[in-house]
Amino acid sequence: MEFFNSSIFMLDSSIRLTVPLLLACLAGLYSERAGIFDIGLEGKMLAGAFAAATVAALSGSALYGLMAGIGVSIIMSLIHGVASITFRGNQIISGVAINFLAAGLTTLLGQTWFRQGGRTPQLSGDARFTGIELPYAAELADVPIIGGIYSELLSGHNILVYVAFAAVPITYYVLFHTRFGLRLRASGENPKAVDTAGVNVNFMRFKAVIITGVLCGIAGAYLSTAQSAGFGNNMTAGKGFIALAALIFAKWMPIRALFATLLFGFLDALQIRLQGVELPMIGEVPVQLIQALPYVLTVILLAGFIGKAVGPKAGGIPYVKER
Amino acid sequence: MTENSPNIQQRPKTAAVGDVAIELVGINKHFGPVHANKDIDLKIRRGTVHGIVGENGAGKTTLMSILYGFYTADSGQILVDGKPVKINDSSHALELGIGMVHQHFMLVDNFTVLENVILGAEDSPLLKTSLAKARSVLAQLATDYELEVDPDALIEDLSVGGQQRVEILKALYRGAQTLILDEPTGVLTPSEADHLFKVLETLRAQGKTIILITHKLREIMAITDDVSVMRQGAMVKTLITKNTDPAELAELMVGRRVLLRVEKGEANPGDVLLSVRDLEVKDDMGVLRVKGVDIDVRAGEIVGIAGVAGNGQSDLLEAVTGMRQASAGKIQIKGKDLRFSGDAGGALVRKLGLAHVPEDRQEAGLVIEFEQWENAILGYQDDDKYGQGVFLSIAAARAEANEHIKKYDIRPANNRLKTANFSGGNQQKIVLAREMSSNPDVLVIGQPTRGVDIGAIEFIHNQIIAMRDAGKAVLLVSVELDEIRSLSDRILVMFDGHIVGEADPATATESELGLLMAGIEDQSATKPENNKERTK
Amino acid sequence: MSVRKPLPRWADLILIPALNLTLAFLVSGLVVLIIGESPLEAVQILLFGAFGYGEGLGYTLHFATNFVFAGLAFSIASHAGQFNIGAEGQAYIAGLGAILVALFLDQTHWLIVMPLAMLAAGALGGFWGFVPGYLAAKRGSHVVITTIMFNFIAASIMVYLLNNVLKEPSNMAPESASVVNAGKMPQLREFWDFFGFAPVNVMLFVAIAALIFTYILLWRTELGYKIRTLGKNPDAAHYAGISNSAIVMISMTIAGAMAAMIALNEVLGVQNRLVLDFVFGYGFVGIAVGLMGRNHPIGIALAAILFGALYQGGQELAFMMPAVTREMIVVIQALVILFTGAMEGLFRGPLETIFGLIEFSKNSDAETEKDQHKDSKE
Repeated sequence: MEFFNSSIFMLDSSIRLTVPLLLACLAGLYSERAGIFDIGLEGKMLAGAFAAATVAALSGSALYGLMAGIGVSIIMSLIHGVASITFRGNQIISGVAINFLAAGLTTLLGQTWFRQGGRTPQLSGDARFTGIELPYAAELADVPIIGGIYSELLSGHNILVYVAFAAVPITYYVLFHTRFGLRLRASGENPKAVDTAGVNVNFMRFKAVIITGVLCGIAGAYLSTAQSAGFGNNMTAGKGFIALAALIFAKWMPIRALFATLLFGFLDALQIRLQGVELPMIGEVPVQLIQALPYVLTVILLAGFIGKAVGPKAGGIPYVKER
Repeated sequence: MTENSPNIQQRPKTAAVGDVAIELVGINKHFGPVHANKDIDLKIRRGTVHGIVGENGAGKTTLMSILYGFYTADSGQILVDGKPVKINDSSHALELGIGMVHQHFMLVDNFTVLENVILGAEDSPLLKTSLAKARSVLAQLATDYELEVDPDALIEDLSVGGQQRVEILKALYRGAQTLILDEPTGVLTPSEADHLFKVLETLRAQGKTIILITHKLREIMAITDDVSVMRQGAMVKTLITKNTDPAELAELMVGRRVLLRVEKGEANPGDVLLSVRDLEVKDDMGVLRVKGVDIDVRAGEIVGIAGVAGNGQSDLLEAVTGMRQASAGKIQIKGKDLRFSGDAGGALVRKLGLAHVPEDRQEAGLVIEFEQWENAILGYQDDDKYGQGVFLSIAAARAEANEHIKKYDIRPANNRLKTANFSGGNQQKIVLAREMSSNPDVLVIGQPTRGVDIGAIEFIHNQIIAMRDAGKAVLLVSVELDEIRSLSDRILVMFDGHIVGEADPATATESELGLLMAGIEDQSATKPENNKERTK
Repeated sequence: MSVRKPLPRWADLILIPALNLTLAFLVSGLVVLIIGESPLEAVQILLFGAFGYGEGLGYTLHFATNFVFAGLAFSIASHAGQFNIGAEGQAYIAGLGAILVALFLDQTHWLIVMPLAMLAAGALGGFWGFVPGYLAAKRGSHVVITTIMFNFIAASIMVYLLNNVLKEPSNMAPESASVVNAGKMPQLREFWDFFGFAPVNVMLFVAIAALIFTYILLWRTELGYKIRTLGKNPDAAHYAGISNSAIVMISMTIAGAMAAMIALNEVLGVQNRLVLDFVFGYGFVGIAVGLMGRNHPIGIALAAILFGALYQGGQELAFMMPAVTREMIVVIQALVILFTGAMEGLFRGPLETIFGLIEFSKNSDAETEKDQHKDSKE
């Protein structure tokens, strides 16, 4: 029972850590499936987190914060879109610029506005997303096994957690069962085929990039107004890159993205749990090893040592319509 | 965004066969300095197959791309069913009932046939209904026009012919009344081409209008009702097919230009310098493209390989020049085996005394961002001539470049000019000058005059002859039959990965070669008898 | 008819970067305005801080040294067609080689330490560039993704080593023992007190040498010719008998070794010990430096000085104008990357049209003149 409870606890914290990865991963999925590489997920999340915390602090409403986070993240996305779709710039360079822009502006503006070393004021009450008790969670809490799973693991999360997990089947459906998804995927595979079929490729790509912005904005808002009570300098701490790794790991598939981010979220939880803990027989596990695992796994996967990850064929190439 | 519902009886039925379905008036189009379409007028009659012939680069594809909304004309007018229309976009063309099957298919490889067919023509935001509808329409089209394809197959698993059928289905599904086909048989096997022609006849019988772009006169004679000839961007003439013959068309295509005849003396063949035995070559996709080929090229002779593009010539060329690993067989250059691993082949063939003018100069033969002098040493950068040890002697390279400029009349005569700023003909001369100046014993040349202006063609041909007369073994691959005939001392015809025949250029007629190139056992599809039967 | 023409060389090399840079600075000025300070005053402070006095100049040159190495690490790979954004990790891991050699030979002479530390750091940094290069060449991995991952892996390794292996038992902070004698790179202030306390050191000359080395490598050697051929047209390289995979691996290794020199400048030039995160984003700035410098040593030198000045002047600015924090530099850097890198095409289209029109009107002038000439003859 002791083991069961601590496992539930571990899984619960894995879920919390998975949410921003999952949202960012799905965000990247839309963009890359449409043929636009995005290494700026990190920056968009960071900008979203800052905007959400700022507006939440000023308005006292987490919802307004969320909207602001999404709005700012979309603006960052559009910069990436204008650079890489309209001006056919290098998508990697644009992504690097977005990351720097977010890192610089959030701290600079935070310091200017709040004078707390770049942090935003502590959020409380309605300015934060708080847990939602699922029906009968309290009643079922004492039931063995089921109670643990239902009341601890499934219930009590904030709305954004449920949004993130709901986004997986939605993304799957949108991508593979709608007209929009068909055109989006085709834009990333063979844009010329889309163009000759009478569909505007660049407009499609802009739509994809905007969705990326929305999801990154939610991920950012989750970090600053749900998981934490305010924005801190560089609070994304590489999550955007882990999400990118997860996207490759998932071979650009939504359901696999869920499992990849769950794995990486679990590794993060494990790493936190094991810090300073002496395990019998093994001794202290170097947490850095676990931290590095997602990156190492991605490198190995990309190199084709376990399976092969091949991205959308037209990824990274601007579409030039001849005139 | 407009959805094009697939409605096969979209056009008014009152329109009669023979009326003008599409009319182009005064179409002009420039690409930079190139005047690709000059004041073109064209009338297409409804319910006919209208052929558009011309040599490579005559402007056929450009004209049809304008009609399909892929390019915008600089000036001119398009009339569909007598009404002036503006076609800015492929979607406009599709709305007007014009569909196009491009030379390079516009298909998404990892989508199914159904998904490709509905892409851009979905009925509703959800795919389910569109897919179901497409499935039944496709089944109907399959029986109507013999266009059978497994609707759930992935494009990448289909044969080239199958992929082409999907392209035709795509157009028909969108309610196309006029179908443009751009060089449809270039990539097909003879039996696939045969099947395609049957399909086209059925389509015509059902009242569709078909525009067939090709440079093959046999196809024009076999299936078209009308034929328009284009030359160097201009529309030369439109004729009723049954009132003309291939000779007249050929003359119109090439103009008053005297047929290319290069002055050359008798060949004095010496020892075999390049020998190929039982060669098999696979392409990037692992498909066997060269299926057991034997070739000997002797010193002092030019061996030309004729064939319809895509019959394995390119793969043969790549294997012989060390750019691709042969999957079986033996290649010997001056008696030494060509054996290499990884990407060391390019360096090895040069060491063995083989120089190589690649088929596509911009793709492989040049770095177009480089200055001319830098391209003058491409492939020979390790020669002692250009510096010993690790350093590169720029002075030596520039001296060499100036030598090329002088000897091959490369213009402008400036070795510091970016290669991209030279014309196509001069770019080709840069490559030829480099390869010929390396003093090879074997010279392998692919498409020596592709995209080269007439003046330069003659010069290049004379240089190739000069190489032969200097005792080099020359292997020549070209899709221009004229070129092969006028330069070669022996002609080998390649078809479907095999050498299917050898001909003496002095005695072989164009039609003999044409039959060989079409694959001997499959002449029925293109024989004139077929045509007569239909026109009765 | 389209009047667009390829731009003349000078416009391509000078006008476009200048316009893009101006735009980046204008937008930066806007940001300064938004946070309620005067951009003009800020520029004054920044310029004075960077160039106005000896110590400031010394810092500017010290930062510029890092940026030269980082810029070269990006550009050399770039010439081979590889997008190396791993200079950060390559420099970080190289710190290990630098400090170990310096600690071991601390009692000898800097003339012994320096080349050996460069060798050790270069070997480690080079290895950290080689592996992504190998994976790209032989296994088809995407260099961008692999180098990003390698940055994080390097960071994890260094945190582990500093906490568990290199840390002195007596020390709480995760850092190595300090070098005190020969392990320190000679500071220029020791010879010239003009530089005040600025840490500009002998690595400045190594940076200059590295620029010259790169120029010679790329434009005066056979290897450089091969690297440039591969980067511009891989098919032509294959045709020319150049081994694509070998060139990718070699150039990524050289790039990594270039990044490694940052470790000497920082670890043995400033900190005198290995500390966490000593690379401090310099590797990433290399992307901006390389892009702005058009991957040419002269351009890289100028861009490195510009960024060095921004870093030093920015620190001065943060001190004099507390509202403008150090992150302002990161913003400027981002805008420079955005406008000179990703939105490089912003001015190109309009300029091509303008130049085309100028050419066009010149030509038509000439034609009318000719016509007139003809007329008068008749």
